[in-house]
Amino acid sequence: MDTTSPAFKKNAHRALNDEQLQHALGHVRGHFIDKRTAAVDALPEFQQLRENARAIKNHTLAHLDLYLEAYEEKVTESGGHVHYAETAADARNIILDICRKVGATTVTKGKSMISEEIGLNDFFEEHAIEPVETDLGEYIIQLRHEPPSHIIAPAVHLSARQVEADFRRVHTSLPPDRDLSEASELLGEARAMLRQRFLEADVGITGANFLVAETGTSVIVTNEGNGDLTQILPKVHIVLASMEKVTPTLNDVSQFVRLLARSATGQEISCYTTFSTGPRRPEDPDGPEEYHVVILDNGRSAMLGSEFQEMLRCIRCGACMNHCPVYQQVGGHAYGWVYPGPMGAVLTPTLIGVDKAGHLPNASTFCGRCESVCPVMIPLPKMMRHWREREFERHLQPATYRWGLGVWAFFARRPKLYRFATNLAARILGNLGYPKGRFRRLPLAGGWTDFRDLPAPEGQTFQEAWAERRKAS
Amino acid sequence: MPDAQSSPTVGLFVTCLVDLFRPTVGFAAVHLLEQAGCTVEVPATQTCCGQPAYNSGDRADTRAIAQQVIAAFERFDYVVVPSGSCGGMVKLHYAELFTDDPAWRARAEDLSEKTFELISFLVDVRGMSRVDAAFDGTVTYHDSCSGLRELGVRAQPRKLLKSVEGLALKELKEADVCCGFGGTFCVKYGEISNGIVEEKTERIAASGAGTLLAGDLGCLMNMAGKLKREGSAIQTRHVAEVLAGMTNGPAIGEKAE
Repeated sequence: MDTTSPAFKKNAHRALNDEQLQHALGHVRGHFIDKRTAAVDALPEFQQLRENARAIKNHTLAHLDLYLEAYEEKVTESGGHVHYAETAADARNIILDICRKVGATTVTKGKSMISEEIGLNDFFEEHAIEPVETDLGEYIIQLRHEPPSHIIAPAVHLSARQVEADFRRVHTSLPPDRDLSEASELLGEARAMLRQRFLEADVGITGANFLVAETGTSVIVTNEGNGDLTQILPKVHIVLASMEKVTPTLNDVSQFVRLLARSATGQEISCYTTFSTGPRRPEDPDGPEEYHVVILDNGRSAMLGSEFQEMLRCIRCGACMNHCPVYQQVGGHAYGWVYPGPMGAVLTPTLIGVDKAGHLPNASTFCGRCESVCPVMIPLPKMMRHWREREFERHLQPATYRWGLGVWAFFARRPKLYRFATNLAARILGNLGYPKGRFRRLPLAGGWTDFRDLPAPEGQTFQEAWAERRKAS
Repeated sequence: MPDAQSSPTVGLFVTCLVDLFRPTVGFAAVHLLEQAGCTVEVPATQTCCGQPAYNSGDRADTRAIAQQVIAAFERFDYVVVPSGSCGGMVKLHYAELFTDDPAWRARAEDLSEKTFELISFLVDVRGMSRVDAAFDGTVTYHDSCSGLRELGVRAQPRKLLKSVEGLALKELKEADVCCGFGGTFCVKYGEISNGIVEEKTERIAASGAGTLLAGDLGCLMNMAGKLKREGSAIQTRHVAEVLAGMTNGPAIGEKAE
């Protein structure tokens, strides 16, 4: 997928002035935050579960090679195939090969962020294979040729009326005077349109929330049931997942499942939690003839052992973005690539380069709310700061910013000089600001005064006033 | 460390913003610390805690500034900071600047143990449960992010505010949500910061309080600046000013009478 991350500021400007988007973003708060809070408050052991989850992920990441091998062995035993893809292109080609071998023309897809990461839909279209997104949100954004704006609610930026307009534009076989005023009618129409596509598909592709090393099982956590139809009906099921999804045991998975839905949507558990192991066995009533797992690296192994390793604990619940004041203002598209919000601000520079994604880890107030809700306790602000350090080392920040910082640091490291400068500044600004107590405009302070008044200094620094007071006593 | 009955010597880390913009907060802190039985000293060699450099990825300058702060403050029984953000920097982040320098790391860790945000120091360390102050009006309180999430400052200011004579506290909806200041963020991404603070001032107005309080001057200047730009009559003060009974002077961004 092409990135517009370098234009983050422009994207944000557009988003802030998009009335419809601002209205839609209001739902993120009302829906996700309040529901998560209620679900977490109702579970006394939530904090303990977070700590367990962190420990399981840390252990797994420390032995990732062993668990991947164990997982592969189990998949193979159950009759499936594991393919390792070092890059996005490798993953696309592996998937294309599998599809071509069975002469596939239509591929149904469950929701998968890795599919977005590797730009699979565009690639399929270039190779005369029709991808059909079956998750409602993904289906809608596919109709609009848009990327997702949220990792669990891809169409959260849209209103029901926009979706209605898209359905009327695309579903031309249906009566034009049909009633689509209710969300349930939109859902019903999408379901009816997709039903036939499920049956026609030659290959079904799903993501995975977990790959279980103990059993060779892939697990998807969903609410719509589309994932199940995607992986059961076609002849071939391809699981597309990144390498850090491997989880040692089913018992471990059960702990994550308790955290995931609560953190994501405030549900105690998702509507469907589906475990798939290998292709259809003779005694199974249904299932695919072939079962493939494509495991993507795409830069993740380079995060192991680096200051970004902890990011690989992420279970993609979206709580960080739901609670992020910046995401709440600008929405997901402003981030300019697949992963938005705080987790995207850490992950995206790893995947597309900090030279392109440099704005993302900088566009944070470090308020820490993301870290405080993260189910696997990822220190997201700390890792955003690590990216800023890399940018500083590589001189990637704007020259004026570096210059300003350099001047400030020069003074801050020389207390006597600093004292002289601040005493002078307090006096001058204090005098200038005295009539009103604040500035509406001030040279060189436009970044501040474009949006808010600048309170004027009281006129004397604390240090100077303190010294005078000490002298007098 | 001295117990609650003794008279410890406290080094006041006044913070660069209080030093330059609002000395009243520094004097309020001194007053409260003396009420709590402490002897207060203010090292003249302090400038800033180093956060602007730290959060810009400039570790070399951050380390140099941290070393300066450590050297200036390590002789005190306690270091007290009228800011959760700067307090959090000294208490939680200095040590990790010196992972490759055991001597400085140890000094940073020692300093960390005795560094506290002002209000939590008064309540948690000095056992203060009430203040001798009066304030005639309704206030609301914003929980600044670093104080709240890094240092656990939440109940302490509310506890002391309740003892202020004449003061009524109206809780702010989403008091724990960032005000959009974020240090250099507010000028680097001014438009986004503005969107965040606009929602904050809307909540502040909806609280019905006449005065907004918080424990961090950066956030206070951001919210006060926005309230004034919007023409609001709501006044803004550092919580220490009210607790110390030092509210005769103009509020933040207001002109002198």
